[in-house]
Amino acid sequence: MVTYILKRLGYIILSLFFIITITFFLMHAAPGGPFASERALTPAIEAQMNEAYGLNDPIHVQYLDYLVSAFTFDFGPSFKYVGQEVSDIIRRGLPYSLVLGLEAMFIALAIGVLLGVIAALKHNRFGDYTAMIIAVLGISVPSFIMAAVLQYIFAIQMQLLPIARFETFAHTILPAVALASTPLAFIARLMRSSMLDVLSTDYIKTAKSKGLGQRVVTYRHGLRNAILPVISYIGPLVASILTGSFVIEKIFGIPGLGNEFVVSVTNRDYTVIMGTTVFFSVLLLVSILLVDLVYGLVDPRIKVAAKGDKG
Amino acid sequence: MQLMNKKWSLLLTLLLTLGIVLAACSGGGTESSSEGEEDSGTEETEAPEETEDSGETEEESTNGEETLAADQTFDINIKSEPPSLNPGTATDTTSGAVLDQVFEGLMRINQEGVPEEAMAESYEVSEDLTTYTFQIREDAVWSNGDPVTAQDFEFAWKWVLDPDNADTDYAYQLYVIKGAQAAKEEGGSLDDVGITAVDEKTLEVVLEQPTPYFLDLTAFYTYYPVNQNVVEGADDWALDAGENYVTNGPFVLDSWAHQDQVVLKKNPDYWDADTVKLETINMYMIDDENTALEMYNSGELDWAGDPTDSLPLSAIPSLAQDGSLNISPLAGIYYYAFNTEKEPFNNVNIRKAFALSINREGIVQSITQREEQPAMALVPPSIWEESNEGYFTDNDIETAKEYLQTGLEELGLDELPPVELSYNTSEAHAAIAQAVQEMWRQNLGVDVTLRNEEWNVYLDSMGSGDFHVGRMGWLADFNDAINFLEIFQTVGGNNYTNWESQEYSDLLDQSRTETDDAARKEILREAEAIFMEDLPIAPVYFYTNAWLSKDYVKGLEVSGLGGVQFKWAYLLEE
Repeated sequence: MVTYILKRLGYIILSLFFIITITFFLMHAAPGGPFASERALTPAIEAQMNEAYGLNDPIHVQYLDYLVSAFTFDFGPSFKYVGQEVSDIIRRGLPYSLVLGLEAMFIALAIGVLLGVIAALKHNRFGDYTAMIIAVLGISVPSFIMAAVLQYIFAIQMQLLPIARFETFAHTILPAVALASTPLAFIARLMRSSMLDVLSTDYIKTAKSKGLGQRVVTYRHGLRNAILPVISYIGPLVASILTGSFVIEKIFGIPGLGNEFVVSVTNRDYTVIMGTTVFFSVLLLVSILLVDLVYGLVDPRIKVAAKGDKG
Repeated sequence: MQLMNKKWSLLLTLLLTLGIVLAACSGGGTESSSEGEEDSGTEETEAPEETEDSGETEEESTNGEETLAADQTFDINIKSEPPSLNPGTATDTTSGAVLDQVFEGLMRINQEGVPEEAMAESYEVSEDLTTYTFQIREDAVWSNGDPVTAQDFEFAWKWVLDPDNADTDYAYQLYVIKGAQAAKEEGGSLDDVGITAVDEKTLEVVLEQPTPYFLDLTAFYTYYPVNQNVVEGADDWALDAGENYVTNGPFVLDSWAHQDQVVLKKNPDYWDADTVKLETINMYMIDDENTALEMYNSGELDWAGDPTDSLPLSAIPSLAQDGSLNISPLAGIYYYAFNTEKEPFNNVNIRKAFALSINREGIVQSITQREEQPAMALVPPSIWEESNEGYFTDNDIETAKEYLQTGLEELGLDELPPVELSYNTSEAHAAIAQAVQEMWRQNLGVDVTLRNEEWNVYLDSMGSGDFHVGRMGWLADFNDAINFLEIFQTVGGNNYTNWESQEYSDLLDQSRTETDDAARKEILREAEAIFMEDLPIAPVYFYTNAWLSKDYVKGLEVSGLGGVQFKWAYLLEE
């Protein structure tokens, strides 16, 4: 187990190295620079700025500096927001994105699994169709349209919830639902098919024939096995929620990290690009590792340690 | 079988209902602005009343019979995080919108758009117009109680001019001061810069040459003072609200939640605090224009649109129709720059043909729709009235065709080669470019392709001359024609056209030493005439501010320079 984890950590560092390298060179290959503006700087001032931010150094020196700063997680100040440290920007944006992301994941998992189970139990009946229509809607309607629809119905027409910003719990509901809609639908479909598979297996039939109640069969024996694919989906789910939050954060005016991540690219704010990219990568890689570990715990058939020893 | 039928019909009904719901929803969602249209449609009956109301209250205000609202809290959207709240490093309108309220320079642009004494109680100008002596108010104090001194100004300005301080992009705003450019760029000494604190309250400024707009400049944020006692040695003083963020303006920075909200409170120690009525200003950072407009509609904001935010393009027509849209001229020009080194735009007649065959009236009437003024000149009419006329006729296709013929002959071509029209990513730029593409195709028979690039990429292509025709815009920093004329004095910088003229450049230099206003204007007009004769750009329109404000908002000054001042603003009882 320990060797497995160590090995995985090694892979994480290797992946990070590639991510940093690729991002760094792509970033510098993109036309334009952080000081480009409608009002061109005088050449002398531009030279002073490049000097101050180390952009005059040869590219390999800059690259090494970045590698060091990435692994010490000290990216220096932002180019755009004068004097603000990248780590401060991440620290202040993270809580918003975290609350939004966790809430959305909770909604997606709870309602998605529930819908999937209902659909499977009421297979080819009314409940199934209702659940699956909701699922199809959720997958086909992009989150930004969902956001506008929700804003229109609940904030503008019914005036139940605030239109935008992120102050109280009431503010968080609409953005979280909008962000959750697509993964929710996906989870519901995943859960349905996996549940259907499980319900037709022999051990469920055995359990039923032993005289166990419907409830016990479904929840203790069916659900626990059927939920496995959903757990493995949590890794990619974290990624899609993190990257998908940009649009939602923009529409709802939330000062989160997703916004920072995307806007930094348009600003060519090199340090913020690197900082947010590394941060998101670490988050994603670690969450995938955690999911794999949890998977091993939930499903005794998978032996992570053994697999790791072999591979 | 019957059971099956029942099931199927049930499903069918369900699908139908859902379909209807979905259709209704997505209609509202994808066109959230057209839903605004419906809204305003239903409100149409109210709208005329409202406008009458506001007319009445304005009359009342002159009678002085208005009641101030008990709660003087103003909510506005500033769209994004201000990149810098240090006046020395700020370079953008969002930061300016905050700085103009919390700091104050020697002068302040008043409601009439002219500079009036602010931190300076009085000033004297020497005979040769190059030395300004400012007397700073005795009662001018910082928000921490320190007096505002001449040394604070000297310190702030020299800090910007110190080559060791990076991020001071706007240092060139100070280059009218003697020795400033030399100190910043050529290794000159800061001691030789013409800024001297004679005593605690007297500041003497020596200029390179007479500068008729120098007083306007002293109202610009790069010229704001900072409190030397606090700032010196504390590099991060402007990063957050707090005890180090010491200011001298009508308001103080109460809190700054980054990317979220800035809160300003009235400054009780401000020398003219009696004039200031607003107690609190909440500045939100909502990036999405539609969201901001909805917040305005629901009463969460008191103001929507320019100059700190903008209204969604698609919402403008309906707002204009119901009369709620306010519009004021903005000293700025939207233009297409020709690359005068690329065929066919190396020929002046071809450039004229392209410029004359744009239907500007059509563009402002049916695309931008903010009552912009078609531009047939370079300097906006808010600075020079003569620009209302312009140098040529809008949409003059007959003449354009003649120019085209002459131009083609001069180039030895039978027909125009295909040309490329570049613009940076934006809904409005794209719509205008498509219209112009069609106009040129129809009127000149030229094949125009459009090229859309992201802003940074776009600036890069423009800077390296990789374009035929490219969209650009320019806003004045202060109310003087030189803002627009000096862009084109030399190649490089903001002049992407590669056009240069010795005569033009000489005239601008001549204008800098001319001390008589009328004569100076004459010289600058002559320069503009030369420019418009060579036409390295096709002017399209002069910008406007467009905004919505609640009826109870009074005295808020939207300047023709894209700034906003809350000093004189107040709210009436609803």
